[in-house]
Order: sequence, then C-alpha cells, then structure tokens
Amino acid sequence: MTLFNKFMATTSGLVLLASAAAAEISGGAVKIGLLTDMSGTYSDVAGSGTVTAAEMAIEEFGGTVAGAPIELLTADHQNKADIAANKAREWGDTEGVDAFAELVTTSVALAVFEVAKQQNKIALVSGAASSPLTNDACIPTGLHWTYNTRALAVGTGSAIVKEGGDSWFFLTADYAFGEALQRDVTAVVEAEGGQVLGAAKHPFPATDFSSFILQAQASGAKIIGLANAGGDTINAIKAANEFGVIAAGQKVAGLLVFLSDIHALGLDTAQGLLMTVSFYWDLNDETRAWSQKFFEKTGRMPTGVQAGTYSAVRHYLKAIEATGSDDTDTVLAKMREMPVNDMFAQNGVLRTDGRMVHDMYLAEVKKPEESSAPWDYLKIVRTIPGEEAFGPLSESTCPTK
Amino acid sequence: MNSKIGYLLALAALLVLPLAIYPVFLMKLLCFALFASAFNLILGYGGLLSFGHAAFFGGAAYVTGHAIKVWGLPTELGILVGAGGAGLLGVAIGMLAIRRQGIYFAMITLAMAQMVYFLFVSAPFTGGENGLQGVPRGTALGLIDLSNDLAMYYFVLAIFVLGFFIISRAVHSPFGQVLSAIRDNEARATSLGYDVDRYKLLAFVLSATLAGLAGATKTVVFQLASLTDAHWHMSGEVVLMTLLGGLGTIAGPAVGAGTIVTLQNYLASGPLGAWVPVVLGVIFVVCVLAFRRGVVGEISALIKKSF
Repeated sequence: MTLFNKFMATTSGLVLLASAAAAEISGGAVKIGLLTDMSGTYSDVAGSGTVTAAEMAIEEFGGTVAGAPIELLTADHQNKADIAANKAREWGDTEGVDAFAELVTTSVALAVFEVAKQQNKIALVSGAASSPLTNDACIPTGLHWTYNTRALAVGTGSAIVKEGGDSWFFLTADYAFGEALQRDVTAVVEAEGGQVLGAAKHPFPATDFSSFILQAQASGAKIIGLANAGGDTINAIKAANEFGVIAAGQKVAGLLVFLSDIHALGLDTAQGLLMTVSFYWDLNDETRAWSQKFFEKTGRMPTGVQAGTYSAVRHYLKAIEATGSDDTDTVLAKMREMPVNDMFAQNGVLRTDGRMVHDMYLAEVKKPEESSAPWDYLKIVRTIPGEEAFGPLSESTCPTK
Repeated sequence: MNSKIGYLLALAALLVLPLAIYPVFLMKLLCFALFASAFNLILGYGGLLSFGHAAFFGGAAYVTGHAIKVWGLPTELGILVGAGGAGLLGVAIGMLAIRRQGIYFAMITLAMAQMVYFLFVSAPFTGGENGLQGVPRGTALGLIDLSNDLAMYYFVLAIFVLGFFIISRAVHSPFGQVLSAIRDNEARATSLGYDVDRYKLLAFVLSATLAGLAGATKTVVFQLASLTDAHWHMSGEVVLMTLLGGLGTIAGPAVGAGTIVTLQNYLASGPLGAWVPVVLGVIFVVCVLAFRRGVVGEISALIKKSF
C-alpha cells in the first residue's frame, strides 16, 4: 500500500511538473517555421531534405519537449525575399511560431532577420551563406549554423596554400558576390605567402567557359579558384574537365560547391576538385548512422545544409528541454551556454554574434576508381579548426556581439 | 451607376477585410493589383505588350528603399520619389520602344529591362543578390506609426485607391478613348489628326509611374527591395495576372493579381509546395485555351449576353 501511495505521489508530482513546464510554453506548443526553397536552384542543397532533417530532430524528442508538442510548419519561399518576409511575419503574428529555421539564400535570411528582430524570435539559419549575417547585418536572435562565405573562402584558400597550392588564378562571376569571394580568398592566399597570378571575369550567369578556362591554363597557376556559385560553378568544372585541366596538373578549387553538385556532375567530371564542406556523411560512425537514416527517407545523402538544419533544430529543442520554457531570451541564453554536440558538430560554440563555430573540412573529390559505393565521393584532406575557419569573435563587426 | 455601386461595395469590403484576413498578405495583394492595373493601361487599352515592366516596379522599389533608408526621407516622399524615378525611366525606355510595334516593341522593352536588371545586380547601393534590406516603415504624414500592420494597411489601401482612380479616370477620359482608337486602328487614328506617338508615350509613362508606385509601396510594406522585383519573371508574372483577370477590363487585372498572389501564398505551405510554378502554368494554359477574355472579361460578356 505504501508503495502504491508513493507511486501515486510521484506520478502526480510528475504530472504537476509537466503541466507547470507546459505553462511556460507559449501557445501550448513549440512551433518551428521552416522556410526553404522547394522548387528552385537550392532545392537539392536545401529543399525538402531540410524538412526531413528537422523532422528527424523532432522525432528524437518523441515529438514533445517540456511536456508540449512540437509542431513543424514548412513553406516554399521560392527564393523570393518578399514571400519569405510575408510568411514569417504571418507565422509569427497568427500561428505563434517560436523560431524560424533553414532560410536558404541570403536575401531570404536577411528579410526574415528583420521580422525576427521585430518579433523577438529565434532564427536558425542553415542554408544562407553570406558572412554579413553575423557581421554588419547581425541581430541578437539570429544564429548562423552551418557555414559562411568567410569559412568557405578562407578555409579553402589557406588550407590549399598550406597543402602547396601557392599560385592562383580566379574565374570570377562578374557581380558583387563573385568579386567579394575573390577579394576574400586573395587576401588569405597572399597572407599565407601564395600569389594570385590573375583573374578572368565571366558574365553572370555564363554557359560557355572555354575562353576563361584557356586563360586559366595559360596562366600556369597551380590552382584555379572558382569565385562563383550554382550553375556557373558546374559549367566551369565541366569545361575544366573537357580541357583536361586536372590531367595537365592544375587543380580546381570550388568555393561554393555542395555534395549534391558533385552528385549531379559525376565523379568523372568532378574528380580532383578541392572544396570546403561543413559536413560529410562518411566522417565517422555517428554521421554514417544518421545519414543512413536520412538516406532511407529521402533516397539521397544529406548535404551540409541539411545536416546543419538537424543540428540547429536539435540544439534549440535541447535548450527548451533544459529550461522548460520557449521564451526567446531564456532559450537563447541556454543555447549559448551548452556546447553543440551531435553528429554534425563536436563542441560547437554559439558565439554572441550568432555564429556557431565548429570544425570545417577541406575535401577532395575522389577519382572514379577510388569510389567504392554510391555517394562515396569525397576524401577529407584536412580538418579546419572552427576558430581558423570562422575567425575570432574580435574580427566580427556585429554591433551587438 | 451600377459600376459605382460595385466600386463602393468593393471599397467597403476592403475596409473591413483586414479584420478577417492577415493584413500583410492583403497589402501585398493590393500592391500587385495596382501593378497589374497599371500594366493593363498599356496592354489592355494601348495594345502595347511591354515585357519590361519589372524595371519600373523594381526600379521604384530600389529608389524608394534607398531614399528612405539612406537619405532618410519621410515615407510618403520616399514613395513619390520612387514613383517619379520609375516615371523618368518610363520616359527613357518609352521614347525608344514606342517607335516599334508588336514583337519588336516587346523585345525592346525586355532588352531595356534586362539592362536595368543588370545595373541592379552590379550597383553597390542595391546590395546585389542580397537585396536592399531593413527599410524602415516610418510614419504616415508624421502622425501615424506605420509599423502597426493595420495602420500600414489603410495607408496602402489609400495609395491603391488613388492609383486605381487615376487609371480608371484615364481610361474613361477622351485620352483613354483616343488610346483605344490607336489600339484598334493606328492608321485611322493618325489620319484623324492625332499625334499617335505622343499618346502612346504618355500612356507608357503613366503606366510606368503607377507600376513604380506599386513597387515603391511594396518596399515599404516588406521593408526590402530585392532582385526578384526587377527580374524578367516579374514582367512575365504581371502579363499572366492581367490575362488571367481580363485584358482591357478595369477590375480584371486586380482580380488576376489577387488570384496569383493568393495561390503563391497558400500553395507555398501546402502539400503542393514544390509545384507552385507548375500549378500557375496549368492555370495559365487553361485560361488561354478555355476563357480567353479572362475571369472578369468572361463574366461581363456573360452578363451582356443574358440581359
């Protein structure tokens, strides 16, 4: 009897505790609004895979956190900042969404930042790449999880020079983004003692890269840096392959290339390409196990953006679990206090400028004969420590850091 | 008389709608309705298919954003500067384009709009790919705080009504009649002594200015101007809105814009998320094949036939 009483007391105590915790959760549910590109350029890199990744994080918690159900709302922003801003604002105003997630492409992330700032909601950015998100354009509640252009440019640039690639030639997309990327990498290459022999600006977007590749070949540089993105990068890699650049001893370094791009290009075309990645499925047992589960759901191996979305959502939910509240400031403080430890990041640190600092990897695309299984595309050449990839906090120009 | 009652009813509905529907969405709808109506002025009444109206819409969006954010102009003035800028751009593009007709006119406007787009991609003040973000909404006439969505809605509604009124006045004025005459038979209009080019240019500039007014207002609503606004997709979208709603009808483009924007918005988060462009494409094909006069055009034709 006493045992029964004790049991009853404990359960009712637990129930009380649970209801007390649930009272801390606004609207009785934790709602995460995920905005991504489902149908456009970034649908392979991010897209529905990020929804799956976020769902996997939620499943880990059994669908509830701190006694309240977790709800995931998703929308296709079609790469339009105004649609994203409209949707985010609507979610915040009428649905009581607590956090926004993913937000691929910078214009979308910046637009949602504006909404998140006004509504004091957390924004978990994974897909957008621009460094200003944690510099000039930073907001106190905006967290940039997966990577940024600085990490890609600086990581690739300095790592390659250290590996002996000390002379560079750039193929640069002729607009602000391409020029910024070239400027960033040039600074790093020169700081590491390398030299830049020249650059060819190509129109944006471009389909015919033959004359630019010929210039790059004639320059005699060891490394051809691709300061462009998306279709331009793919076309440049194809052209480099057709002109036998790799076979002739030069290397191509992609500054914004994803695993899905390699999948689309095929190893024959992409072999030998150097790239910086935030995540690769075949890093260790943990990443392999998670990626296998992801593969079973989607039929594709995850990109860094997708794995990063999982990590961000998981860490956010962990903080809610620990504090029993979904109040923005409480959760944010807890997220900063806890190290990020999951299959995506080891001892990741969330800085006050919003940057999640974790290790990045310099990878080389395998030759077809080196690849033993489908999706076996990359070999990791070097692990780039987080501090080196993302730079110290003192470098950040974020005014609220 | 009947149409007056219709307008009053529509206005009354617009006044109470934000109580039921999310106001930011309604504001977007009004901006695109004004954009499509302005476009209809040149296509429906002037018979000129411009494929470059995104240049005016996006151009005004950037100018307004820059004027409010960097120059610190008050909101109304910023919007006027944006619309004025689009008007000037309209003069420049219109002077060249109206010398040609049909497909050549469309191609010239498209080419000029692409040049404007390229300018926005490379110019430093637009923020390139990232867009011009964080434009403050400010206050209306220095009194009403526009960061309140409801206040902003009525501000946008006032602009829309003003723009719509200008269009409807222009269409029903002698100027509008001459414009229709030019559309139907340019040679005859010339033989009657009308300076056809001047009428066309005036209509083009008016349409550009009002398209700019819509773009400028949209910047203030969403607090951003992005390349989407100036991309040729936007020029295509406005053609779609106008054709879907009813070419050459006053209310048609607004209805078309409402349909497209609503679909874009609600399909985005539904199970059809990845299929928005396909759905819009199918609707366009059905519209062109089955009811060529557009929604409003078909309805008014039906009413005419039955009474």
